[in-house]
Amino acid sequence: MTTRLDTPTAVPARAGEAVSCWLTVCTVERLLPGRGAAALVGGTQVALFRLADGALHALGNIDPFTGAGVVSRGLVGDRDGEPTVASPLHKQVFALRDGRCLDDPDVRLPAFTVRAVGGDVQVGLR
Amino acid sequence: MTEQSVTQQGVNHLVVVGNGMVGHRLVSTLRARDGDGTWQITVLGEESRPAYDRVALSSYVDGASEQDLRLDDAGLQDDPLVTHHLGDAVVEVDPGGRRVTTASGRTLGYDALVFATGSYAFVPPVTGRELPGCFVYRTLDDLDAITEAAAAAVATTAPGRRSAVVVGGGLLGLEAARALRLLGLSPQVVEVAPWLMPVQVDARGGALLHRLVSEQGIAVRTGVSLTGIVRDRDRLVATLSDGVELDADVVVFAAGIRAADGPARACGLPVGPRGGVLVDDRCRTADEHVWAIGECAALEGRTYGLVAPGYAMAEVVADRLLGGSARMRPEQLDTSTRLKLLGVDVAGFGDAHAATEGALEVVVDDPVAGTYAKLVVAPPSSTGDASTLLGGVLVGDASRYGALRPLMGAPLPADPVALISTGGAEPDASALPDSAQICSCNAVTKGDLCAAIDGGAHDVPALKACTRAGTTCGSCVPALTRILQQQGVELSTALCAHFDHSRAELFEIVAGAGITSFSALLSRYGRGRGCEVCKPVVASILASLGTGHVLDGEQASLQDTNDHFLANLQRNGTYSVVPRIAGGEVTPAGLIVIGEVARDFGLYTKITGGQRIDLFGARVDDLPAIWRRLVDAGFESGHAYGKSLRTVKSCVGSAWCRYGVQDSVAMAVELELRYRGLRSPHKLKSGVSGCARECAEARSKDFGVIATEQGWNLYVGGNGGFTPRHAELLVSDVDSATLIRTIDRFLMFYIRTADRLQRTAPWIESLDGGLDHLRSVIVDDALGICADLDAAMQRHVGSYADEWAGVLDDPEKLSRFVSFVNAPDAPDPTIRFVPERGQAIPAPAPVLLGVPEVSAR
Ligand code: SRM
Ligand SMILES: Cc1cc2nc3c(=O)[nH]c(=O)nc-3n(C[C@H](O)[C@H](O)[C@H](O)COP(=O)(O)OP(=O)(O)OC[C@H]3O[C@@H](n4cnc5c(N)ncnc54)[C@H](O)[C@@H]3O)c2cc1C
Ligand code: SF4
Ligand code: FES
Repeated sequence: MTTRLDTPTAVPARAGEAVSCWLTVCTVERLLPGRGAAALVGGTQVALFRLADGALHALGNIDPFTGAGVVSRGLVGDRDGEPTVASPLHKQVFALRDGRCLDDPDVRLPAFTVRAVGGDVQVGLR
Repeated sequence: MTEQSVTQQGVNHLVVVGNGMVGHRLVSTLRARDGDGTWQITVLGEESRPAYDRVALSSYVDGASEQDLRLDDAGLQDDPLVTHHLGDAVVEVDPGGRRVTTASGRTLGYDALVFATGSYAFVPPVTGRELPGCFVYRTLDDLDAITEAAAAAVATTAPGRRSAVVVGGGLLGLEAARALRLLGLSPQVVEVAPWLMPVQVDARGGALLHRLVSEQGIAVRTGVSLTGIVRDRDRLVATLSDGVELDADVVVFAAGIRAADGPARACGLPVGPRGGVLVDDRCRTADEHVWAIGECAALEGRTYGLVAPGYAMAEVVADRLLGGSARMRPEQLDTSTRLKLLGVDVAGFGDAHAATEGALEVVVDDPVAGTYAKLVVAPPSSTGDASTLLGGVLVGDASRYGALRPLMGAPLPADPVALISTGGAEPDASALPDSAQICSCNAVTKGDLCAAIDGGAHDVPALKACTRAGTTCGSCVPALTRILQQQGVELSTALCAHFDHSRAELFEIVAGAGITSFSALLSRYGRGRGCEVCKPVVASILASLGTGHVLDGEQASLQDTNDHFLANLQRNGTYSVVPRIAGGEVTPAGLIVIGEVARDFGLYTKITGGQRIDLFGARVDDLPAIWRRLVDAGFESGHAYGKSLRTVKSCVGSAWCRYGVQDSVAMAVELELRYRGLRSPHKLKSGVSGCARECAEARSKDFGVIATEQGWNLYVGGNGGFTPRHAELLVSDVDSATLIRTIDRFLMFYIRTADRLQRTAPWIESLDGGLDHLRSVIVDDALGICADLDAAMQRHVGSYADEWAGVLDDPEKLSRFVSFVNAPDAPDPTIRFVPERGQAIPAPAPVLLGVPEVSAR
C-alpha cells in the first residue's frame, strides 16, 4: 500500500521495523547525487541522501551533538568503504546504513527505511 | 644578609652565575640527569627576565614575544632543587671561603660554582658613546630601548629620513641593521675591516655581500671607523675616520663582544690571552670547585661566540658534576655560521680563509646570479684519494650549507666544482659518516639521529623532541627530513584515505591534466567515494582554476555546507549573511538597506571584526529573499563562508587623515574587488594602512600594505587566530602596479603550493628558504613561473561573477534553499530564539548527549 498523504501522526519506520505504508516525499531527481536534503515526515525530520551510485539512505536529521536540524546538509563520503555523512557543525561522522556515529560509540542516529519507486523517493511508515 | 645553603646530607650546593642560554642548558641537563637529587642549584642572573633564546633575539622585532623566545623551563619552575634569583648580579666571589656575594648583598656558600656569564657588547672608546640614543644589541632590554627610541624618532614630524648608524658589519651588525629597518629607520653600517662579515667570509664573498646588502636598502661603508658622536639638537652626528659625518636618530654598537669575566678576574682566577675565564677541556678553572662555560669561558685559551660550543660545555660540566669523565671534543668547537637575513644568504664554515698549509680554493663566482661559493680543500694525496673538505664560504645562495658542512674532514663525494655550481651534484645524506654533525647548535650527529629514528622517532617533531636537533636556529631541519627519508621513513603527505597526494600535488594534477570534476580525479588518482576532507579541497582547487559557478553540477555536492548555501552555518542550524563591504567603505543608503533587511527578516545585527556587517539567524529558506533585496541594492556576496578572500580592511588614509601619505581606502577597495571570490587553501585577509601608524592592522594580515612616502610596503604571512604572527616585509616602496602584481603572484603561488587549511604564515615557513625563497620566486622569477601566475590571476579577475546573483538567476539552484523537500515553507521547528539586548539570539541548545540513542521524536 502506498499513500501520498502526509499526516501529522505519521511515524517513519526504523530500519528493520515492519513498514505499514509508504510516504512519497519527492522525486529522485529532486535529490542531488552525493548530497542530502531534509524532509518532514509527520513530526519527524528525516535526512535523505542519494549517493552517486543511486543508493538512497535516510537518517534522523537532528544532529545529536547540538540539537540542530542539519544532518542533511553534511558532506557524504566513505570511511573504509562504509558510506558516511559528516555533521556540518562539528564534523562527527555517521554511517549512512545504520546511523552509528563512527567517532563516538555512544551516539547513534535513527536510520529509516527508504526506497525509490517509479522515480519517487518513499519513506516507510510504521 | 647571608643565606645558608640549606643542604641536607649528601646534597651539594651548586651556584650558577648567569641565567643565559648556556647556564639554562646546564641546569636543565643536570636536573634531567641527576635522578638522585645530589645537587641543589641556585641560579643568580643579572637579567631580570627568565632565560630566553638570544640567538633568535632579532625575531623580537618581527613580532615574536618574550614568551615566544623563552627557553623551555616548565620542568624547572616548581623543581624544589632549583632556585632562581633574577635581577641580582654576582659582584664578588671568594674562592677561599667558597662564597659569592650579589649586588643586593645576598651571600651564598657553594660546593661548586659555574660561571655562565656570557659576554657583554664591546663599545669602542669613542667620544659621545654614552649619549642618549646610543645602544648595544645584546638583550631584550636593549631591544626594548632601541624600539622605543626608533618609535620616538619615527613619530617626529621633522623633515628628512629617520636614520640609524650601526657600528660593526659582522653578523650582529647586519642583524641590528635589519631590525632597525623594520623599526622604520634607514640604517647605515660602518665596518672597519675592508669587507662585511670578515670573520666568516673572504674578500670576494664580502664584496658580493656588500652589493646584496646595499640592494636591500642598507647603506654600507667598509674600511672606515667611527671616531666620535656629538649631539646636534635632537639628533646625533657620527663622525667617521674618513671625515664623513652621518646624521642619526639612533646609534647601535655591534662591534664585537668581550667575555664577561669581571668577577673571575677580580678573585684572581687566571684568564685567557684575549679575556675569558681560563678553563681546560673539562671546563674547569684553576680552582677545582669553579667551572666556566659558554661565551665567558676561554677553553684552552680561546673563547667561542656561538651557542653550540657553549651547550657542549654545559653538557660536559653536568657530566662532571655527576662524577662522569666527559671532555670537550674538537668537533664540538665548530664555529660554522649561516646567516639568513635581508634576503641574503651567507655561510662560512671550517677554514674559510684557507689558512691551512697547502690548502686549495675552488671558487664559483657568478656576479650575474649574485652568488659566490668557495670550497677549501686539502689537496688529493698522491695515491689518488679524493680531496678532503676543510671549509668554505657561500654568499647569495647557501642552500648547500646543510649538505656541505657535515662533509668537513671527510673525502668529498664528488668533484668540488660540481658540488658548488648551479645544477651540480647535491651531496646526499647517505654519503655522510655517522660522526658527521647535522645540527651544530645542539651537537647532534647523523649517528644520533639514526639511533633516534630506529628508536621510533619517525617525523621531524619527534626527532626534535628526542635529540634537540633543529630546536635552536632551525637551519638543519631540511637535513632532518632528508635523513628521515634516507632511513626509509615515509613522510606521509597524503590528503586523506582517498588520495595519496598532497593538496599541492592534486593542484598540479588537476591543472596539468585538465581535470574538471571530482569523480574523474577520484577514479584516476584516488579511491572510494571521497570524504569531508578531500571533497572541499578538490572543490576549492576546481574553483581556483575557474570552472564556473561553485554550485554547478557535481561541484555542488563537494561544497562544505557553508559554500553549499553561500552563508555561514550557525549553531542552531540558521545562517549568517555577510554582504561585501569592500575596504569597509559603505554609503548611508547601503547601510539603510542592510538595516531594513535585518529588520524585515528579524536578523540579529553585528559589526564584525572585519569592518563589515553580519546578519545572523537567517533560515535557509529565507536566504534567497534576503539576497534578492541585497543584490538589488547593489550588494554582493562577502564570501564570509568561503576559504577565499575575506576582507581588505582599510584605514581612512590620505583622503581624510592628517598623517596619511597614500589613499589607503582606494587601494583597499581595489584589492578587495580584485581578489573577491578567489578560492584558496585557507581564508585570506588583508589590510591597507595610509601610513606607518598602521591603523588598519595590516601587519596582522596574510598580505598587508602600508603606505610610504614613495609608494607602498608589502608585508606577507601575518594572521591573528590561534597562533598570531606579524607579517614580514616582502617588498618596499613599490608603486601601485608593482604592488598589485606582487600580490597577484604571492596569492597564486600560495594557492598552487600550500597545504589544505594552511594559512600563509606556516606556508611561507614550510618553503625551503622561507621568505627569501618566496621573494626569489615571485619578485626575481627564479622558477620562471611568474608569467603563468600573472595569467592565472588575470583569468580569475576576468571571470569573477557574484555567486549570489548567479543563484538568484537559476531556478534549479534556488530550489535547494528550502527547509524540507516535501514542505518547503514549513519552518524548522528546532529553531527557536530568545531576546537579548533588543535582538534575537538562539535559544540555549537542548541537552541531548548522554543518552545512548537519540530519537528524532
Ligand atoms: C563574524 C566574525 C566575528 C565578529 O563578530 O566579528 C567571525 C566569525 C567567525 N570566525 Fe573569525 N570572525 C571574524 C573575524 C575574525 C578575525 C578578525 C579579522 O579578520 O580581522 C580573526 C583573526 C584574524 C585572522 O583570521 O588572522 C578571526 C579568526 C578566526 C579563526 C582562526 C584562524 C587562524 O588562522 O587561526 C577561525 C577558525 C578557522 O578559520 O579555522 C575563525 C572562524 C570563524 C567562523 C567562521 C567559525 C565558524 O566556522 O563558524 C565564525 C563564523 C562567522 C559567521 O558565521 O559569519 N575566525 N576571525 C568576524 C567576521 C569578519 C568578517 O567580516 O568576515
Ligand atoms: C643578536 C644576536 C644574534 C646571535 N646569533 C647567533 C647565531 O645565529 N648562532 C649562534 O650560535 N650564536 C648566536 N649568538 C650568540 C649566542 O646568543 C651566544 O653564544 C649565547 O647566548 C651564549 O650563551 P651564554 O649563556 O654563554 O651567554 P648569555 O646568553 O649572554 O648569558 C649570560 C647571562 O649571564 C648574565 N650575567 C653576566 N654577568 C653576570 C653576573 N656577574 N652575575 C649574574 N649574571 C650575570 C647576563 O646578564 C646574561 O643573562 C647571537 C647573539 C646575539 C646577541
Ligand atoms: S594609518 Fe591611516 S588612519 Fe592611521 S594615522 Fe596613518 S593614515 Fe591616518
Ligand atoms: S643547526 Fe641550529 S638548530 Fe640545528
